Amino acid sequence: VCTHRVRSCSSIRFIKSKYVCVFDKSALKFSHQQRLFRTSAVSCGQIVQFKLSDIGEGITEVTVKEWYIKEGDSVSQFDSICEVQSDKASVTITSRYDGIIRKLHYSIDDIAFVGKPLVDIEIDASKGVAPEEDVVETPPMSHEEHTHQEIKGHKTLATPAVRRLAMENNIKLSEVVGTGKDNRILKEDILNYLAKQTGAILPPSPKAEIVPPLRKTETVPAAPKDKARKIPVPVSRPIAFAGKDRTEPVTGFQKAMVKTMSAALKIPHFGYCDEIDLTQLVQLREELKPLAELRGVKLSFMPFFIKAASLGLLQYPVLNASLDENCQNVTYKASHNIGVAMDTEQGLIVPNVKNVQVCSVFDIAVELNRLQSLGSAGQLGTSDLTGGTFTLSNIGTIGGTYAKPVILPPEVAIGALGKIQVLPRFNGKGEVFKAQIMNVSWSADHRIIDGATMARFSNLWKSYLENPASMLLDLK
Amino acid sequence: MVLQSLKNCLWLSCILRTPKACFWSTASGGLIIQSVSNDVYQNLAVEDWIHDHMDLEKQQVLFLWRNSPAVVIGRHQNPWQECNLRLLRQKNIKLARRRSGGGTVYHDLGNINLTFFTTRKKYERMENLKLVVKALKALRPQLDVHVTDRYDILLDRQYKISGTAAKLGRTSAYHHCTLLCNADKFVLSSVLKSPYKGLKSNATPSVPASVKNLFEEDPSLTSEMLLDAIAKEYAMQHQIDHHITVINPADETLLPGISNKTKELQTWEWVYGKTPKFSVSTCLNIAYKDSVLDVKVNMDVKHGRIEVCNIDLPEQWLPPGLYSELVKSLTGSKFCPNETTTLVTTLLRVCPQDDELHSRWSLLCENMIMLM
Repeated sequence: VCTHRVRSCSSIRFIKSKYVCVFDKSALKFSHQQRLFRTSAVSCGQIVQFKLSDIGEGITEVTVKEWYIKEGDSVSQFDSICEVQSDKASVTITSRYDGIIRKLHYSIDDIAFVGKPLVDIEIDASKGVAPEEDVVETPPMSHEEHTHQEIKGHKTLATPAVRRLAMENNIKLSEVVGTGKDNRILKEDILNYLAKQTGAILPPSPKAEIVPPLRKTETVPAAPKDKARKIPVPVSRPIAFAGKDRTEPVTGFQKAMVKTMSAALKIPHFGYCDEIDLTQLVQLREELKPLAELRGVKLSFMPFFIKAASLGLLQYPVLNASLDENCQNVTYKASHNIGVAMDTEQGLIVPNVKNVQVCSVFDIAVELNRLQSLGSAGQLGTSDLTGGTFTLSNIGTIGGTYAKPVILPPEVAIGALGKIQVLPRFNGKGEVFKAQIMNVSWSADHRIIDGATMARFSNLWKSYLENPASMLLDLK
Repeated sequence: MVLQSLKNCLWLSCILRTPKACFWSTASGGLIIQSVSNDVYQNLAVEDWIHDHMDLEKQQVLFLWRNSPAVVIGRHQNPWQECNLRLLRQKNIKLARRRSGGGTVYHDLGNINLTFFTTRKKYERMENLKLVVKALKALRPQLDVHVTDRYDILLDRQYKISGTAAKLGRTSAYHHCTLLCNADKFVLSSVLKSPYKGLKSNATPSVPASVKNLFEEDPSLTSEMLLDAIAKEYAMQHQIDHHITVINPADETLLPGISNKTKELQTWEWVYGKTPKFSVSTCLNIAYKDSVLDVKVNMDVKHGRIEVCNIDLPEQWLPPGLYSELVKSLTGSKFCPNETTTLVTTLLRVCPQDDELHSRWSLLCENMIMLM
């Protein structure tokens, strides 16, 4: 390891120094714009070699680990350029200049040397680094003219910012009518003035007759108002919206969605919706929740919905089937592997509870807990995510009433559950009572399922949930 | 300054801890702060914040922090190469990528972290480590500890008790190091052993070392004693009051912008996406029916995403259409078991419903996922 401290020369060497002798020195003072001789054909700035500065501790070489910019990018002073590493120290190298990156002297994993060029930056011609560089366009107004301008003996008032704006645009303040207090010239006035120009900024000619527009306080009798008074017209400037479109490739979870949904398109969907009175179920769950908690399980409504669906599928097995690719055969699946749509940070996933037909409501709750915690940790396995035969989507936890769910192939039916709302309903005696109402929206594959089947299944499912005690009769 | 009541805490007797109100108005020369949080991301965010926002010209800063179990990799390292990601996920141990260079370390509450903030010009690691050694020796003169030229601190000339890393910016710099007091060596060695084979990369490799806890040497020591001894030495050398200011890394008013920094450190793009380009070249041994298939797999991973994917399957083992769908799906997606699981299970939905096919598919995909 070399411990000899390198005295890094941080002075900048200009490429142009070789070529300046070509020009007559006196010519520098008169010329409008200096174009320096350069090898690059495209631009007009000055190339500066930005050297890798001293890291400290006698370090002479580092490894380039990451570039934050590429050739052609523009950088501002203090922007990060690259990350280098030396002996357990990671160093962020920032730019000393504003300009455009023209050359990267190293690739990733190359060894870079302290004191040697790291990147070449082309500095903006107008922000010349060296005093010798003279970029002079049409001669600007001299300062004096802008500090106190007088129109017919009156001083014009304007803030320094406004004066600068006028100076940058070669506008004589005397030509602008101020609309501010005491005829103060505002920024809007300058912009108005510019808007009225043809577009080109003409260098003011001292000899030209300039007739300033009449000021507000002056009255011109007999002349029509709109000519005499200069009413400040708001200039409709395009609103500077800095947002840009952003295009990204479709990857990951989105890709999975694209595949699934494109396949789902082939299925002719029909919908069937209904409303369920969950008043009794809500009460039942309240009673059972503490019991489940004692067993260490969180009991939501889903286990009931899932078990009721499975009971329904026993009566209407076509809803738990699968149609083959050629629509030649229907396979009636023996297992009720009911999928539960889950919203995770990365996107939508649908794990399923296996063999609901032999599970108790509590078993389903346990399994749901397991799937939910794995899902949020991003650790669901392939077996959890495959083999589903029927799906329920509890979109109501986020919101909504009716929905139009999309069937997940190779399944043939899906149900979307809306949120539970407290709504007034009539009971058998014609009295209004508070009911806990939830909406369900079914979608089914019309190639093998007809409306009547879907309706009957839904009615059965609904009856189990509206009268939970009836589930007891049919539980296996 | 508000003095908290110290009567209950004997071990605080020589230290004054002040609340955040006077965080910025301390005496010149130096500032010692300690984090109340054990969250590795929050604490790393504090380092970033100080590095980006504090003017270290007038005062240097010593930051003391400890984390609940986490593996911390260096800026330019490859987590697949450095640790057992599967074990981390199982045990719920966090993975963080710090902004400084260097190798991989395991943190738990038995490890203390020290960060020395200075201006870029005053960056000097050896001095800092010598300060630590001096503090340790002041506390226990019989401890055989010394600093190596690799910026490690060794106990008894053979066991590493501290590793170092540093970050240099335009105007400021920091040097941080660990100090093993009472860390779980069993977990440490198991998480820092990578099971992933066939990885080739230019990422900074870690240099494994035998480690020992200071408490094994002297069971009378506690983390607090060590923290105090180091704070005391720092205070002495910087000629400041020996008091430690406690800060809360979740305090947005004290540290404006800190929650964004904390969030950024937890993104997949930072933790995994900043891995230098690497390739995976391995052979899956898939036991199928009565035979074992040797399936060669070659993948290039850039920014944590699969750029190129080649799986050498026996012909017709999978229908060609499905095979190309698999490769197409994997290309461009994250080298991540969760994402891959989602993709491959989705593909299963849209292919022929054949049990044999499904079992082959699941077998292959599960083996692929094991590589991640």
